[in-house]
Amino acid sequence: MAQPVKLVVVSAGLGKPSSTRMLGDRLAEATGRQLLDRGVEADVHTVELRDVAVDIAHNLVTGFPPPGLRAAIETVTRADALIAVTPIFTASYSGLFKSFFDVLDNSALTGKPVLIAATGGTARHSLALEHALRPLFAYLRATVTPTSVYAATGDWGASAGAGDDLAARIARAGGELADLAAGLPRAAAAPAAEFEEVVPFAEQLAALRRG
Amino acid sequence: MQFGIFTVGDVTVDPTTGREPTEHERIKAMVAIALKAEEVGLDVFATGEHHNPPFVPSSPTTLLGYVAARTERIILSTSTTLITTNDPVKIAEDYAMLQHLADGRVDLMMGRGNTGPVYPWFGQDIRQGIPLAIENYALLHELWRNDVVDWEGRFRTPLQGFTSTPRPLDGVPPFVWHGSIRSPEIAEQAAYYGDGFFANNIFWPRDHFVRLINLYRDRFEHYGHGTREQAIVGVGGQVFMRKNSQDAVREFRPYFDNAPVYGHGPSLEEFTDQTPLTVGSPQEVIDKTLTFRDSFGDYQRQLFLMDHAGLPLKTVLEQLDLLGEEVLPVLRTEFAARRGADVPAGPTHAALVARRDEAAAESAANESAPAL
Repeated sequence: MAQPVKLVVVSAGLGKPSSTRMLGDRLAEATGRQLLDRGVEADVHTVELRDVAVDIAHNLVTGFPPPGLRAAIETVTRADALIAVTPIFTASYSGLFKSFFDVLDNSALTGKPVLIAATGGTARHSLALEHALRPLFAYLRATVTPTSVYAATGDWGASAGAGDDLAARIARAGGELADLAAGLPRAAAAPAAEFEEVVPFAEQLAALRRG
Repeated sequence: MQFGIFTVGDVTVDPTTGREPTEHERIKAMVAIALKAEEVGLDVFATGEHHNPPFVPSSPTTLLGYVAARTERIILSTSTTLITTNDPVKIAEDYAMLQHLADGRVDLMMGRGNTGPVYPWFGQDIRQGIPLAIENYALLHELWRNDVVDWEGRFRTPLQGFTSTPRPLDGVPPFVWHGSIRSPEIAEQAAYYGDGFFANNIFWPRDHFVRLINLYRDRFEHYGHGTREQAIVGVGGQVFMRKNSQDAVREFRPYFDNAPVYGHGPSLEEFTDQTPLTVGSPQEVIDKTLTFRDSFGDYQRQLFLMDHAGLPLKTVLEQLDLLGEEVLPVLRTEFAARRGADVPAGPTHAALVARRDEAAAESAANESAPAL
């Protein structure tokens, strides 16, 4: 069997238990199952942003991540595929969710397959996924699956098999992420070591003279 | 090994009294601190350069010239001199003049400045920060080494047959450090010229600076200036001391909690754990400073930040007494005992003159040697 896919769920849910976390878990399960169909195992890790919320605020103030946040950033940076789930607050992703991606290096997600998902009280906010989350990950040059998944309060109680219900959307999105992740060489996603490549000084000077 | 202090020159409200010093008080305090640094036996006093409130030191050579006249021994330096927004011709002139007045007790540290709005006040653009640092320093380097310079670059008017006056003292330019918080290009620049590299070190975890310093050391050796162990490294630090550790923590906490840059963030305990800040007894300062050598290797200059965040002058002078009496003698002994045999001492004008003369004698000997 091929090397497992390192699948990381980032959940910005605040409750315990949290419907945002629950959606993340179900997406991870659907993705893992469909990776198995493709002959690849998934190694699933979950980052709960609630646990590093204070660290994120400290990073914004000091410019560097405390140890707990640093571990979370490394987990996300080294992922083969990412599931990013946020509650919709005030018409967009939550501030905590955005702040986490603000303290990530802006090349950390380049080329990484990402499934975006959100929860909210009413389905009226579902397009926040397309208006807010998709541009965020497009900026970070991630490869976002065509299907994004929004779960409103009503979705959790809706009966399965009613066409495009939540379970069907989860399965479709998980399949898309599995397709993207299964096609990638594993561990290639590991970031280049800091300062690995230095432009020799003579070249830096010459570039100015050519200017 | 040289020990000294570096000051940012911030005007900050004392959070324990609510009182903000005037600019005049702060400037005079910086002078008092510099004089005290010499009195307690420190080797270096370095001032920042800033052109925006709440900072006062916009004219470092004026301040350092005044201090030079009132001191005998201490090296006067900068932390940093803005190589991006200052005209390199003016830097060459100002610091050569200062070097003469101070009888060689001058070196300087190049920095870029990270405040975007300052750049256009001097006709520049922060987006060109690295190219400015590279081109301006290349010109400064040439102005101090060639009596007549023809120059054309991207960022200033060309020079034809220009002589920067006065010429450096004894024909030897002031030693230059390059300071950087995050740019490998600057470590590369320092290595290329065989200049010093200064890792500010105070606000961030040290593993970040270990990578920058290792890069500088590798490239220093690559460019043939010596072994990587012989590269000239400076390191920052930040301390607050009282005889009893608990007293230091209690007294410094309000200044820490409200400090510009990191205040209103992590707790004092978290920050001392994660960065080189030491708040405690002189022995704790000694212990933590010695660990810098374990991280960075043998280095030549240790500068401490002692006077920011609204600390009153009286407190800062007490801190310097503690540094001079309790910390410095032990650090001098301990660092000397650990230093590798081939590692150079901190740069001085006398040492640079001696090195220049040795190199000249060597090349003369080679020329007069009979051909085989």
